Amino acid sequence: MRIKAQVAMVMHLDKCIGCHTCSVTCKNVWTNRPGTEYVWFNNVETRPGPGYPKEWENTDRYKGGWVLRNGQLHLRAGGPLSKLANIFYNPNMADLDDFYEPWTYDFQNLHKRGKGDSLPVARPKSMITGQYMDKPEWGPNWDDDLAGGSETVPMDPNVRKLQEHIAMEYEKTFMMYLPRICEHCLNPSCVASCPSGALYKREEDGIVLVDQDACRGWRFCMNGCPYHKVYYNWNTHKAEKCNFCYPRTEAGLPTICSETCVGRIRYIGVVLYDADRVKDAASVKDPKELYEAQLSVFLDPFDPEVIEKAEEQGINHSWIQSAQESPIYKMALKWKIALPLHPEYRTLPMVWYVPPLSPIMNHITNEHELSADGYIPAVDQMRIPMEYLASILAADDTKVIRRVLLKMAAMRVHMRSKTVGGFDEMKLNKLIKEAETSAEELEDMARLLGVAKYNERFVIPTGRREMKEDLHYKQGACSIEDLAPPEGMATYPFERSDAQ
Amino acid sequence: MEELFWWIIFPYICGTVLIVATFYRFVFRGKSWTAPSTEIFSRKWLRIASVVFHYGIIFAFIGHVMGMLIPKGFYDSIGVDEHTYHVFAIAGGGVAGLMVVFGLVVMLIRKFSLPRVRTHTSFGDYFTIVLLLLVAGMGTYMTLIYNTTVVSYEYRVSIGPWFRSLFTFNPLSELMLGVPTLFKVHVILAFLLFAAIPFTRLVHMFSFPLRYPTRAPQQYRSRDRYNKNRDNTQ
Repeated sequence: MRIKAQVAMVMHLDKCIGCHTCSVTCKNVWTNRPGTEYVWFNNVETRPGPGYPKEWENTDRYKGGWVLRNGQLHLRAGGPLSKLANIFYNPNMADLDDFYEPWTYDFQNLHKRGKGDSLPVARPKSMITGQYMDKPEWGPNWDDDLAGGSETVPMDPNVRKLQEHIAMEYEKTFMMYLPRICEHCLNPSCVASCPSGALYKREEDGIVLVDQDACRGWRFCMNGCPYHKVYYNWNTHKAEKCNFCYPRTEAGLPTICSETCVGRIRYIGVVLYDADRVKDAASVKDPKELYEAQLSVFLDPFDPEVIEKAEEQGINHSWIQSAQESPIYKMALKWKIALPLHPEYRTLPMVWYVPPLSPIMNHITNEHELSADGYIPAVDQMRIPMEYLASILAADDTKVIRRVLLKMAAMRVHMRSKTVGGFDEMKLNKLIKEAETSAEELEDMARLLGVAKYNERFVIPTGRREMKEDLHYKQGACSIEDLAPPEGMATYPFERSDAQ
Repeated sequence: MEELFWWIIFPYICGTVLIVATFYRFVFRGKSWTAPSTEIFSRKWLRIASVVFHYGIIFAFIGHVMGMLIPKGFYDSIGVDEHTYHVFAIAGGGVAGLMVVFGLVVMLIRKFSLPRVRTHTSFGDYFTIVLLLLVAGMGTYMTLIYNTTVVSYEYRVSIGPWFRSLFTFNPLSELMLGVPTLFKVHVILAFLLFAAIPFTRLVHMFSFPLRYPTRAPQQYRSRDRYNKNRDNTQ
């Protein structure tokens, strides 16, 4: 058993209002530099829709993630030898037309233009070429809130799979937001795709990073990541990606996207897993079993044997304690209401999603008249949202989605019956039984999902600096120690001898 | 005196610049060390240009190893006579040369004609391509036309031994005296190109990831150990 700790995130999609505050703060912190104008480490997509970059889920085109061939895991885009043969041109990567050509506006014209007959305008100007753009045709969140729905929705690879047509009339359609960051996978295909070995997973917290000194810009990570969350900086010619705000998490603070989330949809915590089981879990035959297989990789942080082994392997007490209080452990493993994004890519992603109930609840017009067990057929009847959610979060297994949605509906009804009343006890029990849950569990869930405060939503131990051997030396030392000796170091012994 | 400069001093200057500047850039300007691809801007024409050029130049490199570094005596000892050698050299070298020239021309057109790429093409990029085009164009001309119409020049007894003698620090510059001018210019421009490597995008050739197939697919790194390795106070 090789125990490792992983910092993970859960996003509760029901609470996402699609305000893009996470994207904007992330952009301001990390990607507001030349070369990264088109890069959004965090982006929020309206689904159904093509996403960012367009059709990122189309694995036939971009060839991201892993596939199983004869029981063995292989990179879909090809192994090391085929990559070396193709190193001069990556046939599968997305280019700027798939993301978008970033632009700004010629605001100076508003200031500088002299008097004239017409109002001055600020024309769009490309941030790549510096030339005016007559008509930007695609941009960040171009399809926000189903804008251009009849054109953009069919571009969604998940929609193409559906048997039934998604209605485009406003009354009948459905919509949800999907905020995305790097998944910091347990079996990252970007890391395996990197010819230079520049991408790596940190042993202490599982954050996947790019070593800027080692990256040679071969670009296989860009499409090797099935989530398309590794980007090419055209200015430095190196790959960059979401780093889970490690300077913040090392200090015990949540990532900037979580910190600034208006809907408080994000939860961060630590989970313990057995690194020796990762490969087997990613190699199960049926994609529908990948979700359960991924769950089997994680370890119970309350198990005395696990605690003992973890401490032996250098995971200290504060991390184990954090793993015990982890909101991720509760939502993903204990209550099983959070699901991994596209488990069929076999990367074992570590950003989990609580599927939204709202596309379904929006269709229930007479909820105040609905009896408690009436929610069961209500969930079952919503075939399109269910199949769509299953395509995104459960490798097309609607059973998983149904169980989670029923649990969420049960929580809603149970809490309403507790605070407002007016539900038939027997029918409520039937719903709770169908959702395979209990009243206590639902109340715990409601607490964490609804009222949990900062310290409950973000349980992040600080970086394991105390394990540095020279901590005593570092105390009071200067951060530019490497460059210049600390002030007074040379004179200190003499001063002391003088004083005595 | 002129001969002394071109066949002894100039090659050593270029070689020194290549080695010293390459190490300097790797050690002190490490973050600039990449294969500066423009594929993100547009994939148009790149497949044909880049793939044909790179494979062509790898073949051409192998050809030069066979012609310059491997002594004629070796071919004689394994029974490859001059005629057979030249037939293969002209055929193989010609194909490689045409691939390189074709790839470079398409690359150059691509750099001129795609606005996104043109904006981000520096002087160094044009310099590299034009110099490569000159060297490769002359090489291809010599291989395909000069060798077949004028004289099938036996560079393995003049340029080859001279080039090898540079490595033993006992340069035989007199060997270069009777070499046709075309070959001389090709050699001089090639040395200029070697000297330009550390200052241009060409450095990425030294980073071909040969170790990739043998390494473990998943890479773990410890933050603490990484910091410790970087920390020279300990």
